[in-house]
This record gives sequence, C-alpha cells and structure tokens, in this order.
Amino acid sequence: MNIKHTRIDRIILGFNNIFLCIAVLVVLVPLVYVVLASFMDPTVLLNKGISFNFSEWSFKGYQLILSNDAMVRGFINSILYSVGFAIVTVVVCIFAAYPLSVNGFVGKNFFMTLFMITMFFGGGLIPTYLVVKDLGMLNTPWAILLPGAVNVWNIILARTYFKGIPYELHEAAKVDGASDLLIFFKIVLPLSKPIIFVLAMYAFVGQWNSYFDAMIYLEDPNLHPLQLVLRSILIQNQAGPGMISDQQAMAELKKLSEMIKYSSIVISSLPLMVMYPFFQKYFEKGVMAGSLK
Amino acid sequence: MQELVNTQKETALKIPSEKKAVSKLKSKIDYIIKNYHLYLLIAPAVILTIIFKYIPMYGAVIAFKDFSTIKGILGSDWVGVENFTKFLSSPNFADIFMNTLKLSFFGLIIGFPVPIILALMLNQLRRAAVKKNIQLVLYAPNFISVVVIVGMVFIFLSPTGPINHLVSFITGKPLMFMSNPDYFRSIYIISGIWQAAGWSSIIYVAALANVDPELHNAATIDGANILQRMIHIDLPTLKPLMAVTFILAAGGIMSIGFEKAYLMQTSMNLPSSEILPTYVYKVGLQSGDYAYSTAVGLFNSVINVILLFVVNKIVKKLNEGEGLY
Repeated sequence: MNIKHTRIDRIILGFNNIFLCIAVLVVLVPLVYVVLASFMDPTVLLNKGISFNFSEWSFKGYQLILSNDAMVRGFINSILYSVGFAIVTVVVCIFAAYPLSVNGFVGKNFFMTLFMITMFFGGGLIPTYLVVKDLGMLNTPWAILLPGAVNVWNIILARTYFKGIPYELHEAAKVDGASDLLIFFKIVLPLSKPIIFVLAMYAFVGQWNSYFDAMIYLEDPNLHPLQLVLRSILIQNQAGPGMISDQQAMAELKKLSEMIKYSSIVISSLPLMVMYPFFQKYFEKGVMAGSLK
Repeated sequence: MQELVNTQKETALKIPSEKKAVSKLKSKIDYIIKNYHLYLLIAPAVILTIIFKYIPMYGAVIAFKDFSTIKGILGSDWVGVENFTKFLSSPNFADIFMNTLKLSFFGLIIGFPVPIILALMLNQLRRAAVKKNIQLVLYAPNFISVVVIVGMVFIFLSPTGPINHLVSFITGKPLMFMSNPDYFRSIYIISGIWQAAGWSSIIYVAALANVDPELHNAATIDGANILQRMIHIDLPTLKPLMAVTFILAAGGIMSIGFEKAYLMQTSMNLPSSEILPTYVYKVGLQSGDYAYSTAVGLFNSVINVILLFVVNKIVKKLNEGEGLY
C-alpha cells in the first residue's frame, strides 16, 4: 500500500507509534529490571539502583539457587510433570478426537455431549479433591497428570483438524483394505504433526506455570514442582532451608533472600522465554484455531 | 374370514417398521463390533471424564448433606439447604460476594478494551518486521507464571522496592501497597492487563488483517483520516468478535482466577482480597469443612450460569440480535 498520508494522518500515526512504544516499554522495563537486578548486590541496588559498573555485579544469587536442593528438585519435577502431562493429555485427546471425526461413527453425539457438558458444569474443588483422595492419588504424580488430562477444547481442535484431512486419502486407503485404525496411525497421525505440536506446547506451558493442583494434591516437598518452591521463596518469603546458613547475620540473610528472589525469577522463567520466540507462530495458531469455533 | 385377513394385513403392516427398528439397532451393534477399536481409542478419555468430572458432579450433593468422611457421600445425613443458608446468613457473605463481583466487574470493564486498542494500533504498522518484534515483546508476559507475576508485584511494590523509591522521592514516604486493602483491586487488575493484554490482542489483530483494503481506499478518497477509518471501518469489523469475547468473559466473571488472588492475599488486605474461590479453598481444604465449602462453590457456579444468560441477553439486544447462542 502506497497511500500518500495527509498531514493529519502523519500526526495520528505519530501518536500511534508513540503509544505503542510506551506499551512496549511498560512490558519490557520490569522484565529487564528483574534480569539486571538479579546480578546486583542488594545494598548497591537499594542505594544506587541498577549499576552498570560490572565490577559490582555478582552471581551469588545464581550460585545459591543452583546449589539449592529444593530448587533443583523442583526444576526436575517440573520438567517431568510438564513433559508427562503433555504426553498424557495429547495422547488421550488425539485418540478421542479421531473416532469423533470418522463419518458414521455410532454414538458421536452421545460422546460429544458427554464431553461438552463438562465445559459448563463441574463438581467443584472439594468433590474433585475427594475423588482424587479416594483413588489414593494424593501425594503421587498421578494427581497432577490425570484429573486435567481430558481437555475438551483440545479434542474439538484435533477433531476439526482431522476433518480437514482430504477424505480421498481415507478412501484410497480403504480401497487397499486398511482399517480405520490403520488409517489413523499411518495416514492421519503423520499428517497431524502441527496440531499435535501445538497441543503439546500448550499443555507443557500450562503445566510448567501452574501451582494450584500441586499445592492441594502434593504434600511431600520432594514432589513439589518449581512453582511451589518459587511460591515459598517469592511470596511466603522463605528462602529454602539450607539456602542460607544459620550462622549468617539477620541483615545478611535478608540481603541474600532479596538476591535469591530476582535470580529465581530469571531461572524459572528462562526456559519458556527462550523457547517462546521460536514457537510464537505455533502458539498464535493455537489461539486462532480456538477462536474460530 | 374377514377378520383373519385384517389381522394378517395388520401384521403385514407392522412387521416392516419393527423389523426396520430391529435391523437399525442390529446394524449399529454390528458397526460397534466391527469398529471396536474406534471405541478403544475414545475409551481413555471417556473413563477419565467420568472419574474426574462426572463422579465429582455427583459428589457435589454433599452440599446438601452433613458430610462426614467416615459415613461417605451416600451414608451422610441430608440437611437440605442448611449449608447454603449458613453461608448466606454468615457475616462474611456480603463482603466476599461483593469483593468477587467488584474484582471481576472492574477487571472486565477496564481490561476488555485494552487488547482491542492494542490491535487497532498494531494494525497501523506497515513494516512487517517492526510489527512482529513489537508483538514478540507484548506477548511475552503471557508465558510468565502467575507465581512469578505476583512475586514481581511484591518485589516492585515492597516498601523498599523501585516503585516506592519514586513514591518516597516525590511524597517523602513509601506507600504500603500490599498491606492496604484499598490498593488490592487496582494492583490485581493492572498486573492482569500487563500480563494478558498483548496475548488477548492476537485474535483482534488477525480479524483486522481480513478487512477489505478497498474499504480503506474508498474512505481515503472520501477524505477520511486514519483515526476516522479506525473508528468507522476497523472497529465495526471487530464488533462480532468483541461480542463473543465479552459474553465469554462476563460468563466467567464469578469464576475469577483463584490462583492469582490467593497469592496476592496478605493478612492485611483480606478485607478486599477475600473472594468466593479463595474462601472455598480455605474453609474446604484448610479447615476441612467439606460440605459447607462445596455449597459455597455450588453457589458460585449457579451465579455464573445466571450471569452468562443475562449478559448474553443484553449483548444480543445491543448487538442487533447477535449473541453467543
């Protein structure tokens, strides 16, 4: 488009760009501040603010975080839960979506209704908790992996995707004597890599960033994911046991706990922040696909 | 003789329809047997849904019972609506109810237009690379966990934090952001916008990409400036999408995120930060009053459904008959 802008248009565009710059700064400044502050000595930070005198920078916060058992264990647990949850929910949802996309599948409406109802009604926190408890899943990773595994939204997305695969491919395979199951594994799945990837990414990110299920279902600190460890550091102000030794003075302790806050934010958010620009396209696709329905 | 013929006729007429029904059922059963593997594929999802969604729905009857873990759901005694009246007549009720309503209502009213404005502004950018990089930055907070967001809020607003550095520089003394109930809602809503506005603008940006450029050309020839075109061409394009998003958001008004409010609570800001979901959690899992907590949760869900209907009606009226359903 090569429209010649009038003067008033240029002024409007100028304001437009200024406002966008402000928006970008509003988002960026807190993030950059946290990253820079994580390298600062708390006393320097308190008195002088962010300093670019690199001799004043320290990696103490990171050293403390990376040598802390609770934090490392939380990190490993979070990876296990997030990968595990992504696999479970993608497998369950993709498997459920395929029959629902097959023409003439008997019971399609029944199953769809069964799933859809759960989007609008639920038993609530306590009844769900009681079921998990009665199944003996408290304090086991199953409590994280299973209750949220069926995501109706994912089933609908995958079903729509499967329906978009040209029917001629199915028919050709059927003529060759392939069953629906064989078609699913040999034709549909290989063609559905993008949607599988999008669903897996969403599940991974969602699980990585959540703390609630772990808080109510997992009492054992050895099972806690990263977000629960972070919660105790950032919000409950309890730098993990062993992170700061008893001999150190109170002032020192407070100082170090400030450092740990910044560095733990950076460490825990780093994986997603680094990963996300590469997959931005896929994430956006997920949003778009969801909004079309 | 005549009778016999008649009955014969009747049976002759009857059989095909019955046969049809039987054969339909038979063909269905045949289909299921022949394609049993399709049912095996869907089985895990069905089983998990029944266990973790339908059994808890049934379990919600404990809201009407004097529930004891020893007697179980079936064995516990019915108490009717006692748990509900207990909540409705409790001194906390009005505060918690209004807190929930205010927090979501203001959150919706203030937060709703921001992504739309962002999208309209992003749409004006002509250079694709610039646009993409700005979007990259604006979307980023969506990937930060709620624990970290609240952690950052605590750090920035602490009495010795950077914001209070500025505040005490200007006014001479720091503000107690996190322990003053007056600030809770603003902090909650602003940090929410900071995190989600960029990401929520995605669908609007995409919708704007579909606007027919001819419309803009025609309007330009007629002498409309960019702002006028934004308001009279771009904005109307977004209207149906806005209606749907608004109804969905309003329907969720009472199911406002537990996770963030709970983390942001301090003992000092409870007068404005205690909302229904956090109350359910506290009386249910922390104090172990399962039945009462379930009743409060159920009350919350019912209000939700009612709101969804009401808002849909209103939007339908305002939007010339176009609602969600």
